[in-house]
Amino acid sequence: MSKSKTKTINVDYLARVEGEGSLYLKIKDNKVQDIKFKIFEPPRFFEAFLRDRHYYEAPDITARICGICPIAYQMGAVHAMEDILEISIPKQIRELRRLIYCGEWIESHVLHAYMLHAPDFLGYQDAIELAKDHPDIVTEGLELKKIGNELVTLLGGREIHPINVKVGGFYKLPSKEEFAPLYERLKWAKKAAYSMIKVMSSLDIPEFEQDYEFVALRHEDEYPFNEGRLVSNKGLDIDIADFGKHFQEEHVKHSTSLHCRLKERGAYHVGPLARYSLNFDKLSSEVQKAAKDAGLQEECYNPFKSIVIRAVETLHAVNEAIRIIENYKEPKKPYIEAAIKAGIGHGCTEAPRGICHHTYSIDGDGLITNAVIVPPTSQNQKSIEGDLEALVPSIIDLPDDQLSWRCEQAIRNYDPCISCSCHFLKLKVDRE
Amino acid sequence: MPLHPNAKPKLAVWKFASCDGCQLSLLDCEDDLLAITDAIQIAYFPEATRAVIKGPYEISLVEGSITTPHDAERIHKIRRVSKVLITIGACATSGGIQALKNFKDVNKFIDIVYANPQYIDSLQNSTGIADHVKVDFELRGCPINKNALVEVCNAYLNRRKPNIPTYSVCMECKRRGNICVMVRNGTTCLGPVTQAGCDAICPAYNRGCYSCFGPSEDANAKAFSIHLEETGISRENLIRLYRGFNANAEEFKNESIFYEQK
Repeated sequence: MSKSKTKTINVDYLARVEGEGSLYLKIKDNKVQDIKFKIFEPPRFFEAFLRDRHYYEAPDITARICGICPIAYQMGAVHAMEDILEISIPKQIRELRRLIYCGEWIESHVLHAYMLHAPDFLGYQDAIELAKDHPDIVTEGLELKKIGNELVTLLGGREIHPINVKVGGFYKLPSKEEFAPLYERLKWAKKAAYSMIKVMSSLDIPEFEQDYEFVALRHEDEYPFNEGRLVSNKGLDIDIADFGKHFQEEHVKHSTSLHCRLKERGAYHVGPLARYSLNFDKLSSEVQKAAKDAGLQEECYNPFKSIVIRAVETLHAVNEAIRIIENYKEPKKPYIEAAIKAGIGHGCTEAPRGICHHTYSIDGDGLITNAVIVPPTSQNQKSIEGDLEALVPSIIDLPDDQLSWRCEQAIRNYDPCISCSCHFLKLKVDRE
Repeated sequence: MPLHPNAKPKLAVWKFASCDGCQLSLLDCEDDLLAITDAIQIAYFPEATRAVIKGPYEISLVEGSITTPHDAERIHKIRRVSKVLITIGACATSGGIQALKNFKDVNKFIDIVYANPQYIDSLQNSTGIADHVKVDFELRGCPINKNALVEVCNAYLNRRKPNIPTYSVCMECKRRGNICVMVRNGTTCLGPVTQAGCDAICPAYNRGCYSCFGPSEDANAKAFSIHLEETGISRENLIRLYRGFNANAEEFKNESIFYEQK
């Protein structure tokens, strides 16, 4: 009888993700015994210190949850407050909010795809090493990312923690003329987005599919950004206000991020795969064609293809930005004012990494009495662990360093934003 | 002159409690990033690379505040392997937005957010890096300005003083041609007591400064509070004003505590 062998693989600090996390993998007799995707980002207690702050401070404070997707937080907060104050924003303001969101999607998707994830597929430690062999690819990616940041800066004042988003609208609106230089650059960005789809779809993508429950926003007319109902491919179809009835956050020992699960069915998956698979029909025929030309079906269950879908969504965001700028008419007032009243409100956005849900209560003085924020990465934690459980047996014979790298790559499929979810990554593999 | 004429100087980027935004500023230097990596070696920067090159490092950039017992020890190890240690952003400089917990009982905060408080290990206070180790330069901002980051690194690599302003936002406002939002609209603005560095963006967008960069070198917060009281601001709002992204900076902390006890 052969002796049983245990081995542990630890990735103590997962690289190329936003925040601090690790992975622990224990293998006994070539079988996975334990997988823990750990988050050790120090807790920052946003939900606690939002209490007793003015409702209008929420967009500035919640932006600081994440330096990579601050606008997703700002939009969640303003929508929730507008829900309470019964503010309905005019069409042009809504369009500008979509425009700044396009900027964030472009900046975040391009950062992730070119700088953080593509090096895994091509066997480089990072984008700088990649740039030595393929300078054209990285330079084009950086320029496209920059255009995303320029959109955010024009509307938001700066690329990280923008200062112009306000409950009811914006503090100040740009004039049509100010968009002109960016409009020209967006035409170049469109070509670059096509090039991005080509680059990402030509990567060597592993065959790997999972039977996910996808959850995403779905809007009647549009590919979702900030509005819609929450739907899934397994029968969920709810108003965002009913989030708490269907989803539950759990606090587990190995993580300072709360794990979120569907009360009825457990793990679910948010992000580009879910958004795309539940809303393919809402993409323009041009973007649908680009997706199909890149080899995608109308639904996608392979998380390693998320990098291709991010490229497709980047094209969508560029097209949407061009459309909005072409049709922009400067509104008379930058924001809508409303009388303060007590109440509970909800906001849900499609952050680049998936849905981000906010619930706030405010009192008659406009002070926040309760805040609950559920970021995308805490929703995907179970799904990430599920992927690793399914993936590891198929690659268990790889040497530890390669096994470890493939696991890291699988985690990076989610573009996990650990700073956000903490309210992540060492890999440790134990082999027995 | 570079410290080692024959080798690229090594740069490390470290993270503590933060949003990642300040280190992202380095990746947001789209035009300069590849040129920067020609001049320096990114030796440790987990947000951007798997590769780890051992120290010591010519420059360590430290983002985030100290909030856990483990991190309070980790920062000493980082200091030991760093020739120059530069803190980047409000968290690393003054404790950041999470320093709001310093004014409350941290156990109550844990109870609000987490179901099983026994799993959470958090210090009572969130503090800046200089409260723990010697810091060579503090680059302010929530977030930092990316051009300022390049300037500071450049200055240290070339052994000169960084050209970073320590005067107030009012100077930038005047230079930008903004009309004062306090004078014109009566909008409360922390600009007069806040260090420059953002190019006065909030007043340029018709709103008051909320002090991403913390108190300026010559800030007289006491006199400023009295002025604000004369404009009719409530005690509670005055406290909230100082309890923002640099709540734990000495001048602001003293003011908010003074009005809380008043």
